[in-house]
Order: sequence, then C-alpha cells, then structure tokens
Amino acid sequence: MCGIVGIYLKTKKYEKKLGEFLSGMLDGMAARGPDSAGFAIYSKENKNIYKYSICLNQMSFSEFKVKISKILKKIKLTNYSDHVVIETKDKPNKVIEILENQLKSVSLVGYGKSISIFKQTGNPKDVVKKFKLSSFSGTHGIGHTRMATESAITTQGSHPYSTAEDECLVHNGSLSNHNNIRRFLIKDGQKFNSENDTEVAAGYISNQISKGKNLESTLKKSLKDLDGFYTFIAGTKNGFALLRDEIACKPAVVAETKDYVAVASEFQAMAHLPDVNSAKIFEPKPGIVYHW
Amino acid sequence: MNFDLNKKKLREVNNYLQNIDRKDNKRKFELSNPQGQHAICAGLKDEIDVTIKGHTGYYCAGMNQKANIVVHGNVGTGVAENMMSGKVIVKGNASQSAGATGNGGTLIIEGDASSRCGISMKGINILVKGSVGHMSAFMAQKGNLIVFGDADSDLGDSIYEAKIFVKGKVKSLGADCVEKKMDEKNINELNKIFKELNIPEEAKKFKRYGSARKLYHFKIDNLSSY
Repeated sequence: MCGIVGIYLKTKKYEKKLGEFLSGMLDGMAARGPDSAGFAIYSKENKNIYKYSICLNQMSFSEFKVKISKILKKIKLTNYSDHVVIETKDKPNKVIEILENQLKSVSLVGYGKSISIFKQTGNPKDVVKKFKLSSFSGTHGIGHTRMATESAITTQGSHPYSTAEDECLVHNGSLSNHNNIRRFLIKDGQKFNSENDTEVAAGYISNQISKGKNLESTLKKSLKDLDGFYTFIAGTKNGFALLRDEIACKPAVVAETKDYVAVASEFQAMAHLPDVNSAKIFEPKPGIVYHW
Repeated sequence: MNFDLNKKKLREVNNYLQNIDRKDNKRKFELSNPQGQHAICAGLKDEIDVTIKGHTGYYCAGMNQKANIVVHGNVGTGVAENMMSGKVIVKGNASQSAGATGNGGTLIIEGDASSRCGISMKGINILVKGSVGHMSAFMAQKGNLIVFGDADSDLGDSIYEAKIFVKGKVKSLGADCVEKKMDEKNINELNKIFKELNIPEEAKKFKRYGSARKLYHFKIDNLSSY
C-alpha cells in the first residue's frame, strides 16, 4: 500500500494554509500507511541561509543545543518534537561533515535553502500533530504514509528521502533492482543511509541531476533503469514532478484548480481541499512525467 | 430519501440500501458528500434508484444487482466491479479497472476511463463516452466494451470472447487481439444496445476487435457456453 500526497500552490492565496492542507491529506491517507509518515515543506528561500532538518533520535533538544552551539556560531534552532531545524549561513559540506563526525547519534533528514523535512514512525494522524504540520506555510509540499514492506519500520525507513540539496522523493510501490542500482551509485559517490528501495530511487535522481540532467529527463530515464512498480512524487525547490510506471498498478489522482494542484493516491486525501468538487480531476497516465 | 455522508456513517447507509424493506414505498435515494469514500453503494440488490452527488473512492456500486446508480462526479478504482445486473452511470471520469469482472448489467462512463477498463469482464456491457486507458478489456471473457473515443495501448490483451467496439483510434492491440469484420449482425447488435439505452449513435462508425483465438484453447464444441 503506502499513500503519497503533494500540493503545489499556483497562487499566493493559500500559502499560510499549506501545512493545514497537507496535514489533512496525510490524515486522509493514514489507512494506506499506518506505520510511519513524513513530509517536506518548501518555502521561499532566504538569501544565503541554509536549513538543516535533523532527527535527534535519542538525544534531547537541550543536549543538542549545547553541543551544536559549541561547534557552529550564529545559528537559529527550532525544535519540533524530536526534530530540529538549524538555520545558518554555513554551507552543506561543512555542516554535513560536522554532523557525521561530531554528532553521530543524530541524523540529517534533509537540507537546502527551501526545504524543511520531517519523518517519524507512528500513525500519520499522530505524526502530523507531533510536528505541528498545520502551522506551516509554504509554496508546495509532499508527504507519505508508509505501510512497510521491504525494510523495517524505522525513521530511516520512512519517506520522504532527501539525497541532495532541496530534493526529495516519496514513493508508493516497490523496486526490485534497487540493490544493483545502489551498488552502481555508491561507486559513483552517492551515499545511502538505509536499506530502503526508495532511497535508491532518490539517490538515482540526485545522481542524474548532479550530472546536469533535469528532473523531467531523469524521470524519463528512470522508466528504463528502475525495475518495479511505482508512483513517484519528486520535489525540488521549484515544484514537483509525478511519474507512474508503465504498468501503473499504483494509483494516483490529480485535482487542479486556479489556485493549486493536488496529487494523492486516492481522492479521499483531497476531499477537504477548497473548491475540489469543481476542480479538474484526472488520473495521470502511465509512463508520462507530469510536473508543476 | 436523502443521506448526508458527512453526518451518517457509510456502513449504516450501505446497510440500509442493501436491505430495502420491500413493503415500504421508498425507491429513490440521494447520497451527498461522498468525499471519495470506498465501497459506496456496494452490494445493492433491489430495483432502486440511487443518485450520488460527488466523487467516490474505490469499488463504488460493486457487485450491483438490479439497482440504478448515478454518480455525479468521478469514481475511483473498480467502479461496478463484478456487477451482476442493473445500471451504473458515471457522469465524470473513472479510475482504473472500471467494470472489472462484471457479469451483467450496464456501466456507462460519460468521461474517460483509465487503465484496464473491463478487465476480465464476463458479460457486462460497458460504454465509455470518452477514451479508455491501456490494457483495457484485458482477458475479457464475455460482454461488450464500447468506446466512443480512443483506446490506449495493448487493447484486448489475452482476450477471450468479449467484443470490443471503438469509434476512435486504437494506439495498439494486445496479444491475440485483432480487428474483426463489422458485419450486419454486429451492427444490429450494437444498434440495439444504443437504442435500448436511448443513445443517439450509429454502430457503423465503430470498428470491432476480438480474439484471434490463438492464445487460448478455443473449442468450437463449447461455443454455446462462451
């Protein structure tokens, strides 16, 4: 199963309500994925400020605050349950190295100038409350509710997967050649933190983009390279793209109004959105990349 | 009689509609605020009229017998799956596997139907006024899939004895599916369906597709049971 959702705002009208909309969408997909949930919210970037979303795992926020403040100066920390968002001018190379070498017990969930990303085990209805998702504003967001299949129910096994700056991926389905692709990508310098198949797809996309390919051509190429069944929503700071494999066993529905584009595994995830009953509603075709 | 699915639980509404008191005169029902819930009006078995105002989720009107159900909206996966009799009309688009394994009755989709429309159909008549997605009528055994628009790739893959009629373009045919001659008998049969449903359409504008009978063991002795 698993449920995936995404919402892209075409106008500024609902920017303050983005979190509330996405929260309702994840709520609506709780039955498709009761094991864990996660979401990525994109908001306007603030010049040279990077945001690092961190899962504290067992560490308390106060302990983390003391430790990180000794290493990084001029930072702003915001605590959301067991996650922290660090805002700083320090660049990814430096911060990632610090996290990997000096703060090994916490994990980096994602980073970028636009993205904030949160994921945790538990029922999606509880996860969205825990991170106060409905209080977030932004331009677009994607989310996932997981029914675990090929790897364990852990934070690392939860979606979205972010494998490069401001990129992330959610996936409904499963890949059968992910071990092989992972080996190729590791040789090419890509790093992985889990045994999960979706992380490989996210790494595949980041790897292609780092070589100068755009998201659309990368997803088209993935139809040949990734074996399995899937509906993907891949987020970037400009928007997101949607792709279903050519068999298209995994569902997806799109609703578009003058103000937003919403994507979900099932319509019931978007039934609460404004004007949805008069939206243009269609099922995305297999093997076609849609992007907004 | 009206049911508001925001106020009443779907299970209670379905239970009521599945067990109509035949001594009662109530035969017309309206459901509002379906909110994409699954299995709305599944398992109805009486001659009643149900109007659903809004979009539904999976398996809407599944296993239907005798009831006339009209959906003013889009439907999710498997609308009217395994329908036995009656009529289901969808005013919007349908998701994949519309009319799957249907044994009888009529399913009319006024918009488009997605992939695998009429998969394994066993006697149902499915009319799609828009286009159908890929692998429609996959392993279809009996009945008619009538498409007013276009059909996407692999139409009628591994088809048995169901008939496919398409007015528009067919992107590609699936394994063992071939174009067949549209003879007078077929034209009359199709015109009869249109006439019964009061649809102003001409059968001769359609092309017919069916099984080449090379993939499965077709026995002429068993023709009457196909």
